[in-house]
Amino acid sequence: MSRQSLTKAHAKISELTWEPTFATPATRFGTDYTFEKAPKKDPLKQIMRSYFPMEEEKDNRVFGAMDGAIRGNMFRQVQQRWLEWQKLFLSIIPFPEISAARAMPMAIDAVPNPEIHNGLAVQMIDEVRHSTIQMNLKKLYMNNYIDPAGFDMTEKAFANNYAGTIGRQFGEGFITGDAITASNIYLTVVAETAFTNTLFVAMPDEAAANGDYLLPTVFHSVQSDESRHISNGYSILLMALADERNRPLLERDLRYAWWNNHCVVDAAIGTFIEYGTKDRRKDRESYAEMWRRWIYDDYYRSYLLPLEKYGLVIPHDLVEEAWNRITNKFYVHETARFFATGWLANYWRIDPMTDTDFEWFEDKYPGWYSRFGKWWEAYNRLRYPGKNKPIAFEDVGYEYPHRCWTCMVPCMIREDMVMEKVDGQWRTYCSETCAWTDIKAFRPEYEGRDTPNMGRLTGHREWETLHHNKDYSEIIQDLGYVRDDGKTLIPQPHLELDDPKKLWTVDDMKGNVFMSPNILLNEMTDDERAAWATAYRANDNICRV
Amino acid sequence: MADSPVAAPTKRSFPRVEFTDSEAGALEFPSSKSRTYNYFKPAKLRATVYEDVTVDVQPDPDRYLTQGWIYGFGDGPGGYPHDWTAAKSSNWHQFLDPNEEWEQTIFRNNAAVVRQINLCLENAKRANAYDHWNAPWSKFVAQNLGAWMHAENGLALHVFTSIQRSCPSNMINNAVAVNAAHKMRFAQELALFNLDLSESHLEFDGSAHKEAWQNGSEWQPTRKVVEELTATGDWCELLFATNVVFEQLVGQLFRSELMMQVSARNGDYITPTIVGAGENDYNRDSSYTRVLFQLLVQDEKFGASNKELFGTWMTKWVPRCLDAANAMQPIWSQPADKVRTYAESFQSAKEKFTQMLEEIGLDAPKELNQ
Ligand SMILES: [Fe+2]
Ligand SMILES: [Fe+2]
Ligand SMILES: [Zn+2]
Repeated sequence: MSRQSLTKAHAKISELTWEPTFATPATRFGTDYTFEKAPKKDPLKQIMRSYFPMEEEKDNRVFGAMDGAIRGNMFRQVQQRWLEWQKLFLSIIPFPEISAARAMPMAIDAVPNPEIHNGLAVQMIDEVRHSTIQMNLKKLYMNNYIDPAGFDMTEKAFANNYAGTIGRQFGEGFITGDAITASNIYLTVVAETAFTNTLFVAMPDEAAANGDYLLPTVFHSVQSDESRHISNGYSILLMALADERNRPLLERDLRYAWWNNHCVVDAAIGTFIEYGTKDRRKDRESYAEMWRRWIYDDYYRSYLLPLEKYGLVIPHDLVEEAWNRITNKFYVHETARFFATGWLANYWRIDPMTDTDFEWFEDKYPGWYSRFGKWWEAYNRLRYPGKNKPIAFEDVGYEYPHRCWTCMVPCMIREDMVMEKVDGQWRTYCSETCAWTDIKAFRPEYEGRDTPNMGRLTGHREWETLHHNKDYSEIIQDLGYVRDDGKTLIPQPHLELDDPKKLWTVDDMKGNVFMSPNILLNEMTDDERAAWATAYRANDNICRV
Repeated sequence: MADSPVAAPTKRSFPRVEFTDSEAGALEFPSSKSRTYNYFKPAKLRATVYEDVTVDVQPDPDRYLTQGWIYGFGDGPGGYPHDWTAAKSSNWHQFLDPNEEWEQTIFRNNAAVVRQINLCLENAKRANAYDHWNAPWSKFVAQNLGAWMHAENGLALHVFTSIQRSCPSNMINNAVAVNAAHKMRFAQELALFNLDLSESHLEFDGSAHKEAWQNGSEWQPTRKVVEELTATGDWCELLFATNVVFEQLVGQLFRSELMMQVSARNGDYITPTIVGAGENDYNRDSSYTRVLFQLLVQDEKFGASNKELFGTWMTKWVPRCLDAANAMQPIWSQPADKVRTYAESFQSAKEKFTQMLEEIGLDAPKELNQ
């Protein structure tokens, strides 16, 4: 279509909306934001006549690549260290995708300007595309990769696993609570605009370095829809900024959304990239370096900062603190160690780190070895069953961490742990900001103003609570993370499949009783609890065994 | 591929390709042959691609979700609570889309449709197909087909898009999202057809649709039902009222029993191509709708109460849709060549509606014959 006829087509499609006089669309999902003063914007409409063939063409390339990968025996070159983590990642991500679809009518409901409704509805279809194309990729992995265990129970495992729950915020957070907080600030302004770059570009690039070129094919195709979504979100953000009354809410939501995305996405994707790769070239960018480029420069400096001229208060402090956690506080490395400590609660296998890995880590993150080296040596030493318990139940100088009530990632940066009695219960938080999110932000009142539409933090947020005081051999059977011989576990702390004696079974788990840190915390006396908190914050968790 | 040992002119570094032998079948060990998604029971012996990519993607405490919804609304639980509709099911996850829509089918089918329509419109332009249109027909299309495109667009953005937030399972969600895509595409095709006609040699008022939809007496009751639909909060009622009642008594009446019948006789062979695509969409969408409501009517525990509930929904929506249908009656006499009477068209629409109700397991409401 020529530019001129495109303009005419847009104008004609705009004529499809009308001013209702008999009844107005139901407001099913409320917001405390107001859009009465929102300026009329007329973003370009998506024309379905070009949209469908364009997406079909992209699909054809994806499906062509899938056929090619199988014909070309891609799996002879794929690193198991890498693909195991995809059992986790691909179990989570289709849900955020389809939740983004569900979020669209919430944005349509909340923002009365019909000019943007069309783009939001098209985004909904994109998200259905993303969700099912990712499920299909996972099926291909299950069919062609050496170890299908974990892929085969993917959606069940996602729903009953601690890490699945952490990932589920990225999804439930899009569709629950204040319609604008959820569908605009959390989903689009932060998750899509900032973090899809690490999810859908940086991480797939690392896949390619590990012999898997299908993940990049699929995810780059997904990412190519993202710029439209980002501009949908930006239009709504500008409309919200037109009304002074929205300012405190915008400030609140940016702080919450930024921090929660950082806690969740950086933990997961950081671990996949740093601990799932075999590529240890010194000139390979570390996750921190990628983050600096994608998030700090491209998002913070080029997208968020310019919004200051509209009077938006940007959470500079939290951007800097996220960077500080990633570099100086070893956030990603603490997460990887936590995942590996809890290997027996996973539905994927985790490869031990080797001297080559150690060297790379020390080079990219100076000081790494003195904090984590000995622990990974212990992980390696304890990787087979028989002579020892799983590392979580052995004394390797690592104190099992308490969970953050808000982001549900454990409080791994010990000195930052916050403990508070909230809603009659002692809770721990990974950071001041996560404490603020629960105590101040997700409440029916915010800074003296009613916020009835704001969401609530609900559910059994501490996963360990569900399994408190049970023998781990029972827990793992309840979870179903057992292979088809009825006894060998799906998770293993190594990649060696050649000898059954190296594989942990249900029997090897017997006698290990699992305790919920939060239940124990609430059972303590006040004095015990205070002493515990002091010791927890002071514990450097350096392995000296 | 990347392992060709050609020396690069400048020093660039690439990841090394390594032979890992990580193919299926390289080793035998527990679960090494476990190559199906094992957390749901497929409808047939083997799971379809559709089932594999759709079932259980959105978790549910009724399935495997153990920690519950981790976010809630200010006034109630999060997720997609079952009480967002008065209809009840023993197992919402039982529904599977008979069209098996997923990513590949959505884009394949809709791309094929837009290509066909595009081709048809280009040929029409080249062949000056609109030159033969008589003045009454031109006016008829401008006003009535023009008015109708608003209805389609309203249903896309405020009915189907909205249902897919509120309905409980991933399978219902995906089917309804596709329905929204159909409606949006169809509304736009009608709008772009309207644009083509405005730009042809034909005397055609490209803005007449606004007045007809906003104020024309033939269209006010239809606009009223559409607006009332968008104002309905109960998602299942909304789906029933739209796809079972409105689409049969008003949508099919206009598209299938009028436009498809009279266009050719008035020298217009373009409209049936476009409207026919819309009819084809409805055909697909009515089949998932039929399956869903059949399940609800046949539900062992809630079938009886659902039947009663759907009865009350019909009491509410059938008269409104009949009003809309009746108000349209005058447009049957507008074309120069009147092939069909309103009475004939309406009779046929009523029969199809009754047949769909029968297939679902519902009796025709008494309002239908009043
Ligand atoms: Fe997406
Ligand atoms: Fe998106
Ligand atoms: Zn936290």
